[in-house]
Amino acid sequence: MRVFRLALRRLAASLPTLLLILMGMFLLLQLAPGDTVDALMAQMGGGDPALAEELRRFYGLDVGVAAQLWRYLVRLVTLDLGFSAIYGKPVATVILERLPPTILLMASSLSFAFFFGLVLGVLAARRVNRWPDTVISTLGLIFYATPSFWFGLMAIVLFSVYLQWLPAGGFGDITQSYTGIAAVLDIARHLVLPTMTLGLIFLAIYLRIMRASMLEVLSLDFVRTARAKGLTETRVVAKHVLRNAMLPMVTLIGLQAGTMLGGSVVVESVFALPGLGRLAYESVVQRDLNTLLGIVFVSALLVIVINFLVDILYARLDPRIAAGS
Amino acid sequence: MNGPTRRETFLLGAAALVPAGAMAQEAPRRGGVMTVHFATEQRILNPSLQASTGVYIVGGKMQEALLDLDAQGNPVGVLAESWESTPDGLTHVFRLRRGVTWHDGRPFTSADVQFTAMEMWKRILNYGTELQRFLTEVQTPDPHTAIFKYERPMPQGLLLRAMPDLGYISPKHVFEGGDIRQNPANTAPVGTGPFRFVQYERGQHIIAERNPNYWREGMPYLDRIVWRVVTDRAAAAAQMESGQLLFSPYSALSIADMQRLGRDPRFEATTRGNEGNVRNNTLEFNFRNPVLADARVRKAIAHAINVPFFIENFLGPFAKVGTGPIPSVSTDYYPGVVQPQYGFDLALANRLLDEAGQRRGAGGQRFSLRLHPAPWGEDIALWSTFIQQSLQQVGIRVEIVRLDAAGFLRTVYNDHNFDLATGWHQYRSDPAVSTTVWYRSGSPRGAPWTNQWGWTDPRIDEIIDRAATEVDPARRRALYADFVRAVQTELPLWMPIEQIFVSVFNRRLRNVANNPRWASSTWHDTWLAS
Repeated sequence: MRVFRLALRRLAASLPTLLLILMGMFLLLQLAPGDTVDALMAQMGGGDPALAEELRRFYGLDVGVAAQLWRYLVRLVTLDLGFSAIYGKPVATVILERLPPTILLMASSLSFAFFFGLVLGVLAARRVNRWPDTVISTLGLIFYATPSFWFGLMAIVLFSVYLQWLPAGGFGDITQSYTGIAAVLDIARHLVLPTMTLGLIFLAIYLRIMRASMLEVLSLDFVRTARAKGLTETRVVAKHVLRNAMLPMVTLIGLQAGTMLGGSVVVESVFALPGLGRLAYESVVQRDLNTLLGIVFVSALLVIVINFLVDILYARLDPRIAAGS
Repeated sequence: MNGPTRRETFLLGAAALVPAGAMAQEAPRRGGVMTVHFATEQRILNPSLQASTGVYIVGGKMQEALLDLDAQGNPVGVLAESWESTPDGLTHVFRLRRGVTWHDGRPFTSADVQFTAMEMWKRILNYGTELQRFLTEVQTPDPHTAIFKYERPMPQGLLLRAMPDLGYISPKHVFEGGDIRQNPANTAPVGTGPFRFVQYERGQHIIAERNPNYWREGMPYLDRIVWRVVTDRAAAAAQMESGQLLFSPYSALSIADMQRLGRDPRFEATTRGNEGNVRNNTLEFNFRNPVLADARVRKAIAHAINVPFFIENFLGPFAKVGTGPIPSVSTDYYPGVVQPQYGFDLALANRLLDEAGQRRGAGGQRFSLRLHPAPWGEDIALWSTFIQQSLQQVGIRVEIVRLDAAGFLRTVYNDHNFDLATGWHQYRSDPAVSTTVWYRSGSPRGAPWTNQWGWTDPRIDEIIDRAATEVDPARRRALYADFVRAVQTELPLWMPIEQIFVSVFNRRLRNVANNPRWASSTWHDTWLAS
């Protein structure tokens, strides 16, 4: 119950921010020259101006900017996200279709990055300044410095074109119709490369943070006490250091969940995945205001939810935080 | 080229021994899934409402037009079996194919043709609205005859050449009553074509399956066609190599990848089958800038750019030097190399600029211009940089302004806020469809790919108007030769490069590229070798 109240309070506090973001996006997109009818004309390869005018009426662009914004906000109050110009369907439906692949990709890459970042960070910290540390840190640097589209393409060339182990793209094999376990396995196979590609850069960050955080905690007094008690080194690390070193990692997850939503445009394009990132990109290029604002709205909600979960997790890891709030 | 290999020589020898009939080509195999690269998703898939290659590549397998082009590029009947026109060009009769049914089982009749022509082509279809402006009615004396009545003469050649692209039929019973644009059948087409719509997952794929009741006996051969949405060029090339895609149409891969795959024996990269889809790279001048309103400056700019060098080093074998707005593949209207042409001549360019009073100032610079390149096509980006560097040599500083599609159209064709612009002119079978509009004055502000240059020439307007309604093919041809000569002299815009779109095929696909608009056509006879 307390958690629920906290959640409501958080949501209420985020509403003004959400409104500002939406209005900002709306006005920002007005600054871009051209509207969705121009984009459609470009796609069609031409058409006469009477047709363009009729289309502007059809898409509700025949009124002023203020009137359009007002119409949008009024609709939003009733939780109506409007109609998508490019997809010819309600925005809510369009986003809902794209949400599962996005969340799946985000969750799998975050877990991948978090888990291996943690393990490698701990390994590096325990062998600090010796060869395992040097190897792991160098790898981290390489992962961090390499652009993800390059990683993705190289992974495709190696694993799909030459070795033919994994599919080069898509969210499932559409030439076959799988059901049940086979369908799940099929999607998993398609997600291996994108997950690795998207995860590697975050893995590098987690690894560095975990290593630094471990080193810091290892030098604290309570660790010396634990060692003085005669505990084995493994026990010291697992029971005393790890839990305290985790806090910055959890903070990062909260921050990066938002980044990953937007940061996957490149990975989605390279692997031809139908995610939110590509949808957002497409709606900017096509000047599809309703869809873009809908995505911003949903992404903002998602970030708020994840940050809320992170806060709860904080309290579990460090009881002092919950007591203080 | 190499002579026949030993194996081929053997086969040739064998052919002489076997009676002709038995030596047919490989027998088509039934079955298989053809996967197609779909690079830019469209809002709708209905080719009766939107004329663009992105729609034909999908909708053109499910819906059919009255006519298509045969292997030689001549009109051939699809839903129409035969046609005749009165000598005055005011009446055109189409006799329709019998026994054709829509995918939902209803019969195809002249009422469908009448509805599509009046409600879709004349009112919504881009380029159709202009083509059919003077269409007054379509009479349907019986279910298998459609009589098109025009207010002004419509040249039969123009109508027949335009029909393969602008003559797709939609089912009246699906679209009548209600808003045509919002009809769900626009993204789930109901047609008469060889493939039936199954599923469209936005951002992922479109699936169509064999139409068992197709009117061509025993066809199509393929079980399914799957269009995969792949927006990244490099990723699409990788999918071609891994076999996830079998066909990438309309130059959707990068130039380097198309050349690389073309050298790989598993693939074919060719302009074959796209002869009906020619484009010119343009250089468009804004006459509102007084410097560019001087013909000597425009000609100097053209003379300063080494087009053959650019083609050889950047575009490779898929392009050639263009000679005017009517490309060399237009068998009916290409007038040959009409003078004047603008070859690379720096000395002449400098002299023309001096004569125009644009003398070199500080640092050897004469004046500066903004160049807006259209955002489609890798070649346009390369071409704009090449223009920039070429003009630097004659003392013209060029600033490149890059915008996305909507921004480009709005800035150039509506706001007229540019000095130079470059993009594609697409030639669509006949100069009257989408070529002369680039030169005809009186085009309303904001109409893309039309005369928005602030330039008018009544003499050229008159030639264009006369040619559009001239029913005698020989006289029409002569008028278009006059037209090309006139616009090459005036040079309101320049079309120095001619390109045909490139298709990349996996060689397992058979019966491909067998007509000049193959990527857009029905694929009823395409099959997949095992």
